[in-house]
Amino acid sequence: MHKNLKIIIWVAVALLGATAISAIALNRGESISAMWFIAAAACVYAIAYRFYAAWIAASVLVIDETRATPAERLDNGRDFIPTNKWVVFGHHFAAIAGPGPLVGPTLAAQFGYLPGTLWILIGAVLGGAVQDMVTLFFSTRRNARSLGQMARDEIGPIGGAAALIGTFLIMIILIAVLGLVVVNAMKHSPWATSTVAATIPIAMLVGFYMRNFRPGRVLEASSLGVVLLLLAVVGGGWIDHQPSLRGLFDHEGLTLAWVIIGYGFAAAVMPVWLLLAPRDYLSTFVKLGTVTLLAIAIIVLQPHVHMPALTQFTDGSGPIFGGKLFPFVFITIACGAISGFHALIASGTTPKLLGSERDIRMIGYGAMLLESFVAIMAMIAATVLEPGVFFAINSPAGVVGKEAVDAIAKINSWGFAVSVEQMSQLAKDMGESSLFARTGGAPSLAVGMASIFGSAFGKGMLALWYHFAIMFEAIFILTTLDAGTRVGRFMLQDMLGNIWPKIGQTSWMPSVIFTSALVVAGWGYFLYIGVIDPNGGVNILWPLFGIANQMLAAIALCVATGILVKSGKLKYAWITGLPLVWLVIVTSTAAWQKIFSEDIRVGFLAAANDLAAKLATGVLPPEKALVAPQLIFNQQLDAYLTIFFVVVLWVVIIDTFRLIGSYLAGKPLLPITEVAHEPSRLVENWVRD
Amino acid sequence: MFKKIKLFWQTIRRLSGDDAYEQYLLHFAHHQTEHAHAEPLSQEEFFKQWQDKKWKGVKRCC
Repeated sequence: MHKNLKIIIWVAVALLGATAISAIALNRGESISAMWFIAAAACVYAIAYRFYAAWIAASVLVIDETRATPAERLDNGRDFIPTNKWVVFGHHFAAIAGPGPLVGPTLAAQFGYLPGTLWILIGAVLGGAVQDMVTLFFSTRRNARSLGQMARDEIGPIGGAAALIGTFLIMIILIAVLGLVVVNAMKHSPWATSTVAATIPIAMLVGFYMRNFRPGRVLEASSLGVVLLLLAVVGGGWIDHQPSLRGLFDHEGLTLAWVIIGYGFAAAVMPVWLLLAPRDYLSTFVKLGTVTLLAIAIIVLQPHVHMPALTQFTDGSGPIFGGKLFPFVFITIACGAISGFHALIASGTTPKLLGSERDIRMIGYGAMLLESFVAIMAMIAATVLEPGVFFAINSPAGVVGKEAVDAIAKINSWGFAVSVEQMSQLAKDMGESSLFARTGGAPSLAVGMASIFGSAFGKGMLALWYHFAIMFEAIFILTTLDAGTRVGRFMLQDMLGNIWPKIGQTSWMPSVIFTSALVVAGWGYFLYIGVIDPNGGVNILWPLFGIANQMLAAIALCVATGILVKSGKLKYAWITGLPLVWLVIVTSTAAWQKIFSEDIRVGFLAAANDLAAKLATGVLPPEKALVAPQLIFNQQLDAYLTIFFVVVLWVVIIDTFRLIGSYLAGKPLLPITEVAHEPSRLVENWVRD
Repeated sequence: MFKKIKLFWQTIRRLSGDDAYEQYLLHFAHHQTEHAHAEPLSQEEFFKQWQDKKWKGVKRCC
């Protein structure tokens, strides 16, 4: 293409992007078209990918496509396989994009659409995508080593141990909070509960099909499964209308929590082929399909966002979770902006498939941009709802009151219009008995998606779309739950194996049962407390998860910064150093406030003391007094857990500083563990497939 | 057009692991000298190993 034409095109993209962002940021009208969000995102991503990512790849990392990747050098036809870049992109994206980018933006919408949207865009292009890309690159240069191994090899044993413990604890908190999201979506909803329950036998059937009936026929089995899932959504509606059957699936949150805990244990002990693997196929297909459908629907329908740019809750009084805009929006939206968890996929898993270093930018940086786009769509789906409706669904009973009339009065007093009739009509349209206090983000996202799908593809089936959306969220939340419990079990077996080698044998059944039970008990405890907490549990668990996830991101960025400095690229170390500094500020501030804030909706200790004082003076109603000791203990435990996260974070930071100091002083360092250059044969032959 | 559809279908199969066994056989044939006396695994056996291996380690994220 002519050079001037290229310049003109990029200037146009930049202008369009700037216009779109100004439109979003400066809008103070009643509503704003979602197309501005799409345009802003597309332009920001395009510019960042074309210029920033390309510059990092060429000048900072100095990507060398003539160098053989681990997939080529260690090709064994099984896990190390040089693979077409689109296929690797698909695997990588399917692995990193879980429920996080859907739930986080929905919760953060309580501040208004603007803070979350800007953080998703800026955080992704300067933080998350950079983290994913450099981690992928460094792991590729180190025979696809995992983040924990790289931390140990390059920074030292402390960094390695911190990464390991951090990962394990995130897993526990993550599963608990995701379990809570599913419980809140199924609570007193026979339709949702029966549909989600049906996914288990369907997954098993698919598992049998591809293991025994037609071994290896993954596509056949998955297509069968997806059809059955769609039938299960319709069948759930039928069950909901059968008075004799609906009682079987109409349960309290606590009952459902116990069922999920039992299920989690069973899934961790069972062989992978029976439940985990087939469920993963189904969830991946449903996930990719639904996200594509949502993108099409938003572009076709061009819905309007009704949430204001900023709400009064930026002052910290928000009903969904307590805490001011800074730092809590940056903790609430982790996945979609920057997620430490991705570093685990970008190291260890994806590099084993990478055919050429040239693909690192597209896979590492590009896949994160796509995930960020998913988060933008979730933000749109949450904010197309009338703000009054959004807050009625997402505010816990502990904040707005148990009765519909009280909740409506409270929400109206905040200045958001909504009525009892409107909410009951909405619940009726969605095929639910009530939509009040359905915290956790999943139901409001489902209502948002149902209204978008309903308007784009036919209004008559709102209830069906709503339960399809719930099924879509639940199926991959349960996949994360299964897979996470299993990974937690392997990690625990590995750690305990150092003390008693027998327990480290991953196939020794007593060890499998014992370690699985420990992991399930860990997240089961937080799930249980989350369900009995009248403030909805999300207020406690989601910030804890955010802090943990950002802590892991900070560890990954420490490793990357350390390697950049050791490789003599100190002048470029800011590309990971800047997001690192920001994350450390955000995580430390949030942790400080979660521990020491006087506000009982923010500070764990303040909440524990407040509840203890109320219990002592006997002002609590009997049913609350009964659970109060558990809640007090839990708040104290959460405070200690937060302290632990911050200490781990700072230990790694100080260790990295020590490394950089030694480098500057010219002292000896751990050697760089990069594998020596070996020329790629794939470049000349070009048989990448 | 037909070529494009075929390519798309191949990508889907590769992406989902539907053709993993065929890939394995190809790889096996290429590296025949290394496993001089070995026979390739049956499709059933290969799939079992492939699936069990796939789920060791962090494979899914939040």
